[in-house]
Amino acid sequence: MSESAETPALPKVRIATTSLAGCFGCHMSFLDIDERILDLMKIAEFDRSPITDIKHCSPCDIALIEGGVCNAENAHVLREMRANAKILVAIGACAINGGLPAMRNRLDVGDILNEVYRDLDGVQSHVPNDPELPLLFDKVYPVNEVVRVDYFIPGCPPSADAIWKYLNDLILGRMPRLDHSLLHYD
Amino acid sequence: MSDTSEVVLQALERRRAEPTQLLQILREVQEELDWISPETTHSVAAGLGIPATQVESVVQFYSFLYEQPRGRYRILVSDNITDRMLGSLTLFEHMLKRLKLRRAEASADGAVSVDLTSCTGMCDQGPALLVNNRPVTRLTARRVDEICDLVRGDVPLAEWPADYFRVEDNIRRADALLGSRYEPGSGLRAAIALGRQGMLDEMKRSNLRGRGGAGFATAVKWESCRNAPGAERYIVCNADEGEPGTFKDRVLLTSFAERIFEGMAIAGFTVGAANGLLYLRGEYRYLLEPLEAKLESMRRDRRLGASICGAQGFDFDIEIHLGAGAYICGEESALIESLEGKPGKPRIRPPFPVTAGYLGKPTVVNNVETLVEATVVALQGGRIFAGHGTRHSAGTKILSVSGDCARPGIYEYPFGVRVEQVLKDCGAADVVAVQISGPSGICLTPDEFRRHIAFEDVPTAGAFMIFGKERDLFEVARNFTYFFAHESCGFCTPCRVGTTLMRDALDKIADGRGSRYEINELMRLAELLRRTSHCGLGQTAGNPVRDTWLKFRPAYERRLIRGDFDPAVDLDAALTRAREIAGRDDAGAHIGAEQ
Ligand SMILES: Cc1cc2nc3c(=O)[nH]c(=O)nc-3n(C[C@H](O)[C@H](O)[C@H](O)COP(=O)(O)O)c2cc1C
Ligand code: SF4
Ligand code: SF4
Ligand code: FES
Repeated sequence: MSESAETPALPKVRIATTSLAGCFGCHMSFLDIDERILDLMKIAEFDRSPITDIKHCSPCDIALIEGGVCNAENAHVLREMRANAKILVAIGACAINGGLPAMRNRLDVGDILNEVYRDLDGVQSHVPNDPELPLLFDKVYPVNEVVRVDYFIPGCPPSADAIWKYLNDLILGRMPRLDHSLLHYD
Repeated sequence: MSDTSEVVLQALERRRAEPTQLLQILREVQEELDWISPETTHSVAAGLGIPATQVESVVQFYSFLYEQPRGRYRILVSDNITDRMLGSLTLFEHMLKRLKLRRAEASADGAVSVDLTSCTGMCDQGPALLVNNRPVTRLTARRVDEICDLVRGDVPLAEWPADYFRVEDNIRRADALLGSRYEPGSGLRAAIALGRQGMLDEMKRSNLRGRGGAGFATAVKWESCRNAPGAERYIVCNADEGEPGTFKDRVLLTSFAERIFEGMAIAGFTVGAANGLLYLRGEYRYLLEPLEAKLESMRRDRRLGASICGAQGFDFDIEIHLGAGAYICGEESALIESLEGKPGKPRIRPPFPVTAGYLGKPTVVNNVETLVEATVVALQGGRIFAGHGTRHSAGTKILSVSGDCARPGIYEYPFGVRVEQVLKDCGAADVVAVQISGPSGICLTPDEFRRHIAFEDVPTAGAFMIFGKERDLFEVARNFTYFFAHESCGFCTPCRVGTTLMRDALDKIADGRGSRYEINELMRLAELLRRTSHCGLGQTAGNPVRDTWLKFRPAYERRLIRGDFDPAVDLDAALTRAREIAGRDDAGAHIGAEQ
């Protein structure tokens, strides 16, 4: 094999992931791709992700977002990921619709905080005001109301097979498509 | 104050305590008691031997049935784009202010509520409103003030000036149907002379196609119903006329009712049905008594009932059912569900109504105009009928013309007429667009005005809304999208969710926060709705946005932001409440517009 005929190796695809207001179920489902993660690592590498413990996102190809946006920190993380990623994917019901955490959207966030902190007789009499703590938004917002989203993977959580298929499609430049069997939950 | 149980008992008795009459019972009870209280719900459920939840599902489905008190005067301002073009929203706001009300909330004294409603079919004499389902037309600021005074003075509707309730026919151009003199009973006698098979043969020769929108061959429908197994058959006249901008059936129901009923009887004669049902939209409640009176007089001269016109075995009678504010009930299978007293959700087809319709029996559903045309076919014969119009669209079509023109109203033309001809006849100048067949139809621009009204070119159920050069087609599309989001029956997810997502995206654009991203989403949703919705409502709900984006793109573009995305939420404002409660105002308690 002559050196000149060799096609230059494509740079590895850089993937960032995060869990905002989610339960980490989508990440667990991602890890359920099991040994296929070794195949993935041949063509991809991780940026910011619970897997690497990198805290800030740098320029990358794909960002996977689990969970909706419930507090100021979620919004900062999400904006940073959007600014750095070429493709941003909302994964799971929480990221797409707000999901379970959005059950609180019917209630006033002030009432919720009072109920949880202030109204506990004798235990604690004020809502925490430490600047270290991210403040809650009035509602839990789906990701696409805060940043532009390129793709959505439905499910709670999407199955490992669905995530695997979707990622492969994205990496190989195909329009991602989930067949009925990958969208069927009962 | 009438006693609830007494009123319910009477309604149950009138309606033979049949669960299929549930919607009619609720409607009648509400006319007396002003709303459907939990007490009413329970006595109706008990009286019919059905669960209370079944009653609730019906009350919740229909816009004109109220689970909360909405006052003794329930005012609904018609919110079609043609009403808006005549200033309806200003009048609506004015009325709320004068009566010190918030939208859809009853006043503290329980006297009155004011809300918006979908097109009431008065587009040629708007702006219009309904008060307790009676239409008031040609609203002006003065008339609105007078109405507020009457309401405040607690004056009964019967004592309001009759002029308020005047509804004009406005027939501007008559042709074979509207222009012909009709001898009562002549259509029936002609059909009897032809015989059942002979009448069907004439229908085949006529090439008459349904006037309700889809243009299905009427003779084929009738023949399938006749040939379907079963002892009992039904003829249903679809007088739901819910497509915004359409009001020609209203005129037929007002001034040509006997011909509609004779058309139904002819259909019954031809297919072997003895029962007719006319489904009248709730907005046309004011026509019920005149129509019932017509039925009575027809029964008296043997044009309805047993042995019609003396023909042995020709038995046919008609019952009128009222709708209660649901556009989807114009879809024939939803209409049948509604006739059976249920929420009007489209059925899964097949089976089609011709084999399994009302109560599972073979049923013909035809539009009002189609049935009147059947009398023309009976009288003229199929061949002459087929000689008018175009190759694939026989006969004439009645158009409901409204919007920016000098002479809005009813225009009947042979099929094949050019759009520009209609515009000329109704005195429209400087037209930028015509919306044909309502929001679910098509938006045409001047380069297309030479196209023909016909099934093979521009098909229509009748609506013809004209937009002059001052009009903003983005707002037109937004109004239509609101209509679909409001009228989606909720049965299937693409339409239930998709129409609302489209509405919200348009609101975001209207708000000056939309970008290309929203446009892409709108186009994707329009396509998804078209491909995956269960019925015609969802399948066409994306049309207005798709058409106007293609033809009036700058109307969208000038509203879009320069960047490629703007959040739907003001994030900093969304932290206000938590800041208050935590007593914080540090840098971390705020969030800037962009990173
Ligand atoms: C959402 C929707 C609304 C409709 N509304 C009406 C209506 O108001 N009047 C009508 O005659 N047909 C309406 N149709 C069409 C009916 O389903 C049906 O095709 C028609 O009544 C058949 O009568 P025809 O063959 O005489 O046209 C509607 C269809 C859909 C999908
Ligand atoms: S979508 Fe389901 S699995 Fe994923 S974060 Fe939300 S709750 Fe957890
Ligand atoms: S398309 Fe819309 S109106 Fe039709 S069945 Fe589905 S939800 Fe109902
Ligand atoms: S359960 Fe079917 S759409 Fe939510």
